[in-house]
Amino acid sequence: MNLKLQVWKQSNGSTPGQMVEYQVKDIMPDMSFLEMLDVVNEDLIKEGKEPIAFDSDCREGICGTCSLVINGIPHGHRERTTVCQLHMRHFRDGETVTVEPWRARPFTPIKDLVVNRSAFDRIIQAGGFISVSTGQAQDANAIPVPKVDAETAMDAAACIGCGACVASCKNASAMLFVAAKVSHLGSLPQGKWEKDRRVWNMVKAMDAEGFGNCTNTGSCESVCPKGITLNFIARMNRDYAMAIFKAQSGEGFE
Amino acid sequence: MKLDAQIPSGPLEKKWDRYRLEMKLVSPANKRKFHVIVVGTGLAGASAGASLAELGYNVSCFCFQDSSRRAHSIAAQGGINAAKNYQNDGDSVYRLFYDTIKGGDFRAREGNVYRLAQVSANIIDQCAAQGVPLAREYGGLLANRSFGGAQVSRTFYARGQTGQQLLLGAYQALARQVGTGQVKMYPRTEMLDLVLVDGSAKGIIVRDLVTGAITSHSGDAVILATGGYSNVFFLSTNAKGCNVTAIWRAYKKGAAMANPCYTQIHPTCIPASGDHQSKLTLMSESLRNDGRVWVPKKRGDKRPPQEIPEEERDYYLERKYPSYGNLAPRDISSRAAKEACDDGRGVGPGGLGVYLDFADSIKRLGVNTIRERYDNLFEMYECITGEDGYKTPMRIYPAPHYTMGGLWVDYNLMSNIPGLFVLGEANFSDHGANRLGASALMQGLADGYFIIPSTIGNFFAHNKKVCPPTSHPEFKKAEEEARGRIKKLVNAKAKGKKTVTMFHRELGKLLWDKCGMARTEQGLKEALKKIPAMRQEFHEGVIVPGQNEEFNQSLEHAGRVADFLEFGELMCNDALVRNESCGGHFRVEFQTEDGEAKRDDANYSHVSAWEYQGPDKPPVMHKETLAYEEIKLSQRSYK
Ligand code: FES
Repeated sequence: MNLKLQVWKQSNGSTPGQMVEYQVKDIMPDMSFLEMLDVVNEDLIKEGKEPIAFDSDCREGICGTCSLVINGIPHGHRERTTVCQLHMRHFRDGETVTVEPWRARPFTPIKDLVVNRSAFDRIIQAGGFISVSTGQAQDANAIPVPKVDAETAMDAAACIGCGACVASCKNASAMLFVAAKVSHLGSLPQGKWEKDRRVWNMVKAMDAEGFGNCTNTGSCESVCPKGITLNFIARMNRDYAMAIFKAQSGEGFE
Repeated sequence: MKLDAQIPSGPLEKKWDRYRLEMKLVSPANKRKFHVIVVGTGLAGASAGASLAELGYNVSCFCFQDSSRRAHSIAAQGGINAAKNYQNDGDSVYRLFYDTIKGGDFRAREGNVYRLAQVSANIIDQCAAQGVPLAREYGGLLANRSFGGAQVSRTFYARGQTGQQLLLGAYQALARQVGTGQVKMYPRTEMLDLVLVDGSAKGIIVRDLVTGAITSHSGDAVILATGGYSNVFFLSTNAKGCNVTAIWRAYKKGAAMANPCYTQIHPTCIPASGDHQSKLTLMSESLRNDGRVWVPKKRGDKRPPQEIPEEERDYYLERKYPSYGNLAPRDISSRAAKEACDDGRGVGPGGLGVYLDFADSIKRLGVNTIRERYDNLFEMYECITGEDGYKTPMRIYPAPHYTMGGLWVDYNLMSNIPGLFVLGEANFSDHGANRLGASALMQGLADGYFIIPSTIGNFFAHNKKVCPPTSHPEFKKAEEEARGRIKKLVNAKAKGKKTVTMFHRELGKLLWDKCGMARTEQGLKEALKKIPAMRQEFHEGVIVPGQNEEFNQSLEHAGRVADFLEFGELMCNDALVRNESCGGHFRVEFQTEDGEAKRDDANYSHVSAWEYQGPDKPPVMHKETLAYEEIKLSQRSYK
């Protein structure tokens, strides 16, 4: 199949970018979207031109590195699919496809379709953990965890930290990402002791990075490749309200 | 070169306790005076970085990914073994130890493997405390499953994403230390060289992948936890960025490379669909519990699978290994698939595939049971191939997956270069010639959480503290050399016709053919002739667009492929001199009458450790004899 690509090109963070058009020929339906871009790049390189920079690593939907907005939708139009797992059989011959980077102020541009997502790491550093040092743990079965709680924790922990939620949100809110981590750790008995502190610090870090507020449009949930749901945001809001209450009433955090 | 494994004396089960009793300690006030460099942030690197920082050491951590959370450990599906015996089914430290040694075809060190089995239980405790959402029973206790043909249920798991969850646990522990300032994190930063001062590892040269800046970092010790080299084959289940560069650079600075020919080819991967294929995807081998593997009996049979009648199908695993059948170990099933395809009976594009058929199980158990067990895998298969595995048999083919070889280390996990430690898949120590399922995660975390924190302290306590400034001439020299190599790559394009990927594919294909699932003396010699020519062509004219001083993915790839082009040669050399078959290393000349691997314990019960001699001289091989005090060697049989 043949396609027309409109791709965002930008040399680096300090020069403005623009859309550039590429004609793509002889694409096989079994290729993944990234393999299609590989083919385009190989041809560009052979012609002495600059290839299109884009991020990827595992190419099996788990590392969270790939990050393209395709026809306006982060990771493309297939539900619960990262762009590395999106295949060309889901496109039409002759179609025009736009490819853009994650756009959000806290994700600063690096080159073309590659952005800097270290803001996510800094949010985790602020509190996305359980404070237990190596060697301090007791026997793993000493604290039973109700199966439902373990399942909820796992549902939330499935987040791959790709940032599609932010890219899809008109406010560039990182609430789904933060809520997933807060819910993962908060729903386990091991994590409840620093629940208040965690949500307080993570929300503060999220705001400091310049992510926007959540206005419940739900676009994050609809593009999340791992099916993280809005319920976790509700849960985090509850935890956060509790933390504020404790802070203001002088009760202090757990 | 002196290779002393430093195994503590005394009975096997007392060695590690004894080591810890006798080791010297660094006082808390002194720990903060030491600076440790950690390269790689997968399970081994992240757990080491976090644990060392918790102890009070200053740590700098480097990874080429944009975040330490994305290291390739994240892709591990199956699970992690631990000798907890929670299921009361007869498991023990000794049994896990023995299974691991036997699974490795008796080519691993007893002392190291026993210790691995010992600390395996602590790993699960640590991970549960960190909030890793491991699978649970209704009673709230941890669930286990049996994995990879083990006779006990000792595998812990988190759905099909065990590696992801364990890595996030280690990543979060590391993030906590970054938050306190005890760890300084350098993402999108690639190690280009190791720096030795007076014969000890004292730092690294790195390239900032965003700006291209090349800088030096010095420390009191360097830990490499940079993973395996399966990507030397181009097509593998590894992430695109996985590479051999860090350990190869260390090798060229004098670290011994052990058993590079030991590679694991995993039998249940989705076959390549064409020449554009950029990597291969693994499907959990649990599928073999209910799927039957077959190919047509007739060569070149092009009929769709449903039209091939039962009597014209060859269920070759069931035929050859009646007692294990479709569950035969990884190395054996992979080889059998290759044989069938070499015989012209492969299916799918290019005849490189075999069927994994669920029709019988669906008939026997109903489609719902199969769906419950494997639906995510069927979904993944459909997503990639566009085919419905419930209706038509899946097609699978073996793919490079894990590398047992790596830098040589002693019991301290230190290489023969003082101060250079190597953890996880990057070292060679625990899996012998074949790794068992669910053991990679166990080893990575054992090394990082529980072994290095003890052994590095012992090293510091025994050695004078020297952390040279990066203005030291050795750093300047290594920086200049690294710049020189990059300049050469960037300038090669003037005459170039071929891209980096083209070279990488070509090398990968050659190694897959000659040094993959089956190796022959003749084939290896052919490869050894072709690789130097390929390397020369590469350096004379590979097209690397752009410059160093920018974000340049082609340049990153070129540097890695340059190292693969050297490493591949060592791999073939190693395969050539090991005149036996063992585990993942199958030399066609050395097989039993019925086509099984024939080990030669009298002559090859050793580790082959290669020492670099300079650019134009062949490397020298040193032997570390594997002394078995505890177990008796036996023939692996799965008939
Ligand atoms: S490249 Fe890893 S999720 Fe897409």
